[in-house]
Amino acid sequence: MKAVDPILKVENLSLTTIDHKPLVNDVSLSVGSGESLGLVGESGSGKSLTLRSILGLLPSSIRQAGGKITANGKCAMVFQDPIGSLDPLSPIVSQLAEVVYYNQNVSRKAARTIAVDLLQMLGLPESLKHKDRYPRQLSGGQCQRVVIAMALARKPDILLCDEPTTALDVTVQKQILDTITNLQKELGFAMVFVTHNLAVASAMCGRLCVMKEGRIVEQGDTMQVVGHSKDPYTRMLIDAVLPLPSLERRAE
Amino acid sequence: MEQSLHVENVTVTYGGFTALKQIHLELPVQTTLGLVGESGSGKSTLARVIAGLITPAEGRVMLGSEELGKRRSRQQRKMIQMVFQNPDSSLNPKHTIKQIIGEALLFHKIVDRSQVENRCRELLRMVHLDEHALNRYPHEFSGGQRQRIAIARAISVEPSILIADEPTSALDVSVQKSVLELLSKLKSELKLTMLFISHDLGVINAISDTVAVMRKGELVEVSSKEQFFTRPETDYGYELLSAVPRMPL
Repeated sequence: MKAVDPILKVENLSLTTIDHKPLVNDVSLSVGSGESLGLVGESGSGKSLTLRSILGLLPSSIRQAGGKITANGKCAMVFQDPIGSLDPLSPIVSQLAEVVYYNQNVSRKAARTIAVDLLQMLGLPESLKHKDRYPRQLSGGQCQRVVIAMALARKPDILLCDEPTTALDVTVQKQILDTITNLQKELGFAMVFVTHNLAVASAMCGRLCVMKEGRIVEQGDTMQVVGHSKDPYTRMLIDAVLPLPSLERRAE
Repeated sequence: MEQSLHVENVTVTYGGFTALKQIHLELPVQTTLGLVGESGSGKSTLARVIAGLITPAEGRVMLGSEELGKRRSRQQRKMIQMVFQNPDSSLNPKHTIKQIIGEALLFHKIVDRSQVENRCRELLRMVHLDEHALNRYPHEFSGGQRQRIAIARAISVEPSILIADEPTSALDVSVQKSVLELLSKLKSELKLTMLFISHDLGVINAISDTVAVMRKGELVEVSSKEQFFTRPETDYGYELLSAVPRMPL
């Protein structure tokens, strides 16, 4: 509908294991510049594999059996496990400065300054400027901010997020999601957001793709998919979101 | 026979770190208490103190008028059973389902050896698993099925209190719903008192009668479910509830 000139296009993607067991079948999707697409589904639906194949990060036991992926821009990815995606032996400012140095064509010294600024923009403490810290000295939420900073250091046109808040507490999840939304408004990157949480996907993305057993069962505008889903599997996912009573506004 | 559980002034320290600070909590008979809080708030530590897996530095756990001390009798241990988050690591991969459930039955002398197989079949039926499961191994089952097996083992010894520590967090949403329904059903059929731990407020709302909120080792709020989800007493409860992503309507 909106994606007239898509920045990312996946056409008829098929992925199999090396012994030809199909994992992802005939998946087609496109993302327009600055747009957000949510990929939702349960475990084993192929959502993460689809995302990884965009970056060419497939596990060695999985092959692309067909289809074409075209990305007209730089991609960067944010993974689920923030602590596992950072080098435990390198302090975070140094770690981020390294990424800035190799991606932004600046001096080592300038890279460090950019790194510190970027970390502050993501809400990490100012003290990092004087005293660098190791990943284990930060909380999970802080580590995830560092990982997002690293992805942004590449100045991506497309940000790929693989369950970036699943390992975090709800309050931290909200902060990280708000951060991503604000950054997207500011920097204008397109986003593919993989999550099993339909509520998170609907809050973050204008369009949704629902995946089941390696296929897309439904895709469209978020309000359309959530409000008037056609597929029984989508309905089941919506029904499985446990409702909460609405919170009364506090008199303050 | 039915006695409520009291946690009185319990403090737990790990080295210099205080994991629980003077916790007072009551679990009324045949109700479900939902325990919420962020990671590191002490939810699991409290569960482990109640189950007797951790000895508190101060305070005590009372079941009716009986103190559950450091050395618990077999009978005392039988009364409180636990289901953990990760069914993979709570089931012995080298034992068949019959061995896993049978061992609990024999240890607590619930039935005679000759009756073990029948009783295992019954238990599997209660958790909606086929009796062919008996001679199979944990790896042959899905995550949701394995959690059902862990539940079957926990209820096999006829406990009065069931502690479920994030029992559905490792499961897909559709499976989560069926495990929650199973736990509610078993709770009323077996007249269980349940302590249900979860960081997921949707899950807590679905299963609890009372909600207790923990933060940094302290119990900050205990409210009825109805009150907590609409008018939480504390700012922190309000903050937690407003952070939950909700479906657009």
